[in-house]
Amino acid sequence: MTQFIALFGEAIAFGTVILFGALGEILTQKSGNLNLGVPGVMYLGGIAGLTASFLYESAVANPNPMLCLLLSLIAALAAAALGGLIFSFLTISLRANQNVTGLTLTIFGGGIANFFGGSLNKLAGGVGQISVSVTSHAYRTNIAPLMKLKIGDFPIGQMLFSYGFMVYLAIALAVVLAIFLRRTRTGLNLRAVGENPATADAAGISVTKFRYLATTIGAAVSGLGGLFYTMDYIKGTWANEGTIEALGWLAVALVIFSTWKPLNAVWGAYLFGGLSRLWLYMPGLNRSSQELFKMLPYLVTIAVLIVVSLRKKRENQPPAHLGLPYFREER
Amino acid sequence: MQYAVQLRGVTKTFGSVVANNNVDLYIKEGEILSLLGENGSGKTTLMNMLSGIYFPDKGQIFVHGEPVSIASPKAAFDLGIGMVHQHFKLVDVLTAAENIVLGLKDKDGYKAIGQKIREICDKYGFVVNPDQKIYNMSVSQKQTVEIVKQLYRGAEILILDEPTAVLTPQETQKLFSVMRNMRQDGKSIIIITHKLHEVLEISDRVAVLRKGEYIGDVPTSEATAQSLTEMMVGRAVKLNIDRPEPVNPQKRLEVRNLTVLNSDGLRALDEVSFDAYGGEILGIAGISGCGQKELLEAIAGLQTPAMGSSISYYPPDSDKASNLVGKSPLEISRAGVALSFVPEDRLGMGLVGSMGMTGNMMLKSYRSGKAVFTDRKSPKELAQRIVSQLEVVTPGISAPVKQLSGGNVQKVLVGREIAADPKVLMTAYAVRGLDINTSYTIYHLLNEQKKNGVAVIYVGEDLDVLLALCDRILVLCAGRVNGIVDGRSTTREEVGLLMTNLKEVSPNA
Amino acid sequence: MHKHTMREPFLRISKRGSIALPHAWGIRVSSVILAMILGALFVVAVTGLNPLDVYASMYRGAFGTERNAWVTIREAMMLLCIGIGLAPAFKMKFWNIGAEGQVLVGAVCAAGLMIKIGAGLPNGLLLLLMAAAGMLGGAIWGIIPALFKAKWNSNETLFTLMMNYVAIQITSYCVALWENPRGSNKVGVINQMNKAGWFPKLFGQDYLLNVILVLLLAVFMFVYLKYSKQGFEIAVVGESTNTARYASIRISRVYMRTMALSGAICGLAGFIAVAGADYTISTSTADGRGFTAIIVAWLAKFNTFVMILISFLIVFLQRGASEIASDFNLNEEASNVITGIILFCIIGSEFFINYKTRLNRRKEDAK
Repeated sequence: MTQFIALFGEAIAFGTVILFGALGEILTQKSGNLNLGVPGVMYLGGIAGLTASFLYESAVANPNPMLCLLLSLIAALAAAALGGLIFSFLTISLRANQNVTGLTLTIFGGGIANFFGGSLNKLAGGVGQISVSVTSHAYRTNIAPLMKLKIGDFPIGQMLFSYGFMVYLAIALAVVLAIFLRRTRTGLNLRAVGENPATADAAGISVTKFRYLATTIGAAVSGLGGLFYTMDYIKGTWANEGTIEALGWLAVALVIFSTWKPLNAVWGAYLFGGLSRLWLYMPGLNRSSQELFKMLPYLVTIAVLIVVSLRKKRENQPPAHLGLPYFREER
Repeated sequence: MQYAVQLRGVTKTFGSVVANNNVDLYIKEGEILSLLGENGSGKTTLMNMLSGIYFPDKGQIFVHGEPVSIASPKAAFDLGIGMVHQHFKLVDVLTAAENIVLGLKDKDGYKAIGQKIREICDKYGFVVNPDQKIYNMSVSQKQTVEIVKQLYRGAEILILDEPTAVLTPQETQKLFSVMRNMRQDGKSIIIITHKLHEVLEISDRVAVLRKGEYIGDVPTSEATAQSLTEMMVGRAVKLNIDRPEPVNPQKRLEVRNLTVLNSDGLRALDEVSFDAYGGEILGIAGISGCGQKELLEAIAGLQTPAMGSSISYYPPDSDKASNLVGKSPLEISRAGVALSFVPEDRLGMGLVGSMGMTGNMMLKSYRSGKAVFTDRKSPKELAQRIVSQLEVVTPGISAPVKQLSGGNVQKVLVGREIAADPKVLMTAYAVRGLDINTSYTIYHLLNEQKKNGVAVIYVGEDLDVLLALCDRILVLCAGRVNGIVDGRSTTREEVGLLMTNLKEVSPNA
Repeated sequence: MHKHTMREPFLRISKRGSIALPHAWGIRVSSVILAMILGALFVVAVTGLNPLDVYASMYRGAFGTERNAWVTIREAMMLLCIGIGLAPAFKMKFWNIGAEGQVLVGAVCAAGLMIKIGAGLPNGLLLLLMAAAGMLGGAIWGIIPALFKAKWNSNETLFTLMMNYVAIQITSYCVALWENPRGSNKVGVINQMNKAGWFPKLFGQDYLLNVILVLLLAVFMFVYLKYSKQGFEIAVVGESTNTARYASIRISRVYMRTMALSGAICGLAGFIAVAGADYTISTSTADGRGFTAIIVAWLAKFNTFVMILISFLIVFLQRGASEIASDFNLNEEASNVITGIILFCIIGSEFFINYKTRLNRRKEDAK
């Protein structure tokens, strides 16, 4: 029982990182842009948030928690959005190949993040020594009375309410994104751009503007995943062990798994989070067979990819123009 | 009387090609105007300038008497001009309602939108389910959505580009009754079509374009199929093309009941039957999109014919016929049936644009020999031979063929096919875009093949050439054989009528 | 009432028919110079060091000593080898993002034999077996996504991407299985004593065999793509599947055959990494090179000789940057930052090679 609750908690924590990444990428891909730079922008979001709060906390004697939150959030969003903007400029305005540009963004983002992360660690006097305790604490504050809620012996409060606000923010974002895509006119226009840009163009929709906005905002949202990981999961430190990158690719996988639907991404994220931590709780595993267990999320994604292409259900296909550039034909 | 739209002296050129030259055209309010013309006469280009896709090089457009400049599709919407293109501009995975409001700035919810769509439908007699996904719709339903979409956006002037090409006769009648209702309501409709009986049935006035020039207009009440055909095709031009008498014609191809379905499940070819003889040029005439492409591709093995179709090939050296249906393109071309098919997009199928001439020669021959490596020597020699024999203008045989001019690309393609020493040679639009001299070179080449006993199938669009070059002419209309006439005794008018007026029962030979 | 301003786009962009070679290279070189300046700005901004010193130090790091130069060469050959593997797939417009996984699977297969057989066989034979196993593993990893693409048109970009992570986990599994010493969760140097399965020294050089192998491969691939029948088919399929159909090319067979080859060469790269460079196996045996090589292959337009240049450029930057890191007490990751900047610039410069731009003077209201 306690094992299950612990796994549940880990699934939520890992799932939230993935969820942010995937939500941003869904928005991006709906515009027809396939940004393989998700890990890169997550790195950018994580390091920018950390740096901002580190500079603030070390400059002021009594840091204000609200200000800590605000500064790190803004920094994370801005840095990740900048990553998306670079991608947009290269692929939309300069018509560069999306795969190549995305992969470069991942290299670049990882480089920037680990460069500054390493420097921060040095400044702070060693790995794990970065002190942004106020910020990190602010991120991890939960609603204490709710946490103690129990149904019989079942610690429902701990399972559902023991997390920082970003866990709930991610779910809220998913709902907002789902409504935006399905119910609003702007969302409709965005979907048209990803499906059939020529038609959208003929209907008076600016394909370029939509792609720029969706990709930049999408990157900013993905960046929150990196921020959550640094602030909440590893409690405001920096570790150069590639977890963000691995989770970033899982986010890309989740986009496929969810068949580009934000609400599917929510449960999918916790499933992925759970699957990637399941090995910790499986009895009788040795260190090697644990590793095979960690393959699960990717295998599941491959299976979904195959099933989707087999069933050919139109609503589950990738946006028809995904990964392709668009420009008005000239004769 | 004020005109809904008036064009004055509109000219549009693409590179060196003049698509429209100094065209004047007007349409009144509450009028249905037919825009008539052969392929390539510039109808669609002209309409694209009204709908904001192209911008005229010269000339002025007036809408309701005001001079306007239509720089984008959106500007056209704002002026109340809506165009339904031949290829529908719809997003498949969205519903009818979603497609209809795409890009609009209003704040209506889907309930209000559905209501408004129903009002339009009731007013003019459409049937549209706003919640149906486009990919679940038939072609005619998609067309209806396109028209409703234009009306929803307040189109007062509606342009329909060959709307009946994809419809059954019943659906066409339904469309026409809707069009009459719209005219009643004061809307102006321009319909582009080739089908004369439809022109006579639906329109108030007919305007004719030929080779990019405006020929004139005539009230439909004063027109007949005969008079319109004359306006459309112009006076016969005497061409000085050789036509040797066929010597000892032998049956090479026997096509029976050939039916091909297109991706929408409609019959692109409908029970086509004919024979082709060695030593003869068989012309195929027809408005574009009447099944020429499917016919040639089916013979070459690139299309799968429907059940019951048969294509028999009689090789010259034996009397055993072989059935080509179900064979791969490779097997068919090895049997000696060469396809020199030049689709609208020249480089789409027959050639690889980024490769040089040598590489393109290799497309046919690269498998030859047992070696792992391609033999580049003989294709290179072939390329050089073609360059000198057909006077191909190219910076060099290794220059990518996409850099060559259209005529030279054509020469490369035709030259390669002839070099394969075929028994049946099929060409489509072999002289499209070529200058006179080059065209004569191609005719000469085809005649050479004919004298060598090859069965030549020539799909063409210029009636004068078909009449001067071919021994027999098969006329396709809406995927059916509408007649096979003798090239020496027929007239332009006879062929023109066969192209545009589908006989009730097709005279399948 | 209806007045519309006549406005043509401010910037007119048109495709170039062709571009003179010197002009194209001029654009590429200027983009690298621009990147160097941007990289220098980055270094100055974060460290305040003289960028010239930094670049000089980078050069020392990459080529300063014989040992450094050989490591640089070895690393460039690794990157090149993977790029060579990717070239046929990309030429076919098949987005093989899975090189990372194909390299790892190849490396695992090779390392497995190296550990299990050890000195039980003559070294030459063992190396041949390892190479064959590595290629087989990579080929299998490449052919799976191709199969699904050919049969059901599954999206190969996403499929190959996922296969990478399956490969990484398989590698982790094997590392845990073969760990040495026990509990270290590392394989450690394999066969350190008898050097079984290690590349032999040639003319006293550890890495000369790597160079020979990879350069041979580069020549092979160049010839294969340009002169072989299969290479011709790849080119046609990549250009237009319609034309391929017209020429009776069986597209699904070309997909599978080419991806088997692509995967096999990536697998061979994994073998070279194990037997000729690291003498061990870990999840970082591929170390992101599977991704970097995609960029190498793409930028070189699949010309294996141009790839040599680009591989050296990238490895020079990476090695140079780790040198600055130690010289100036910076962080090693600076190399990825500078690599990223350079790649962005080169990727962006392709636009100016493929398109002409012209500024339009704004036309005024046509009324």
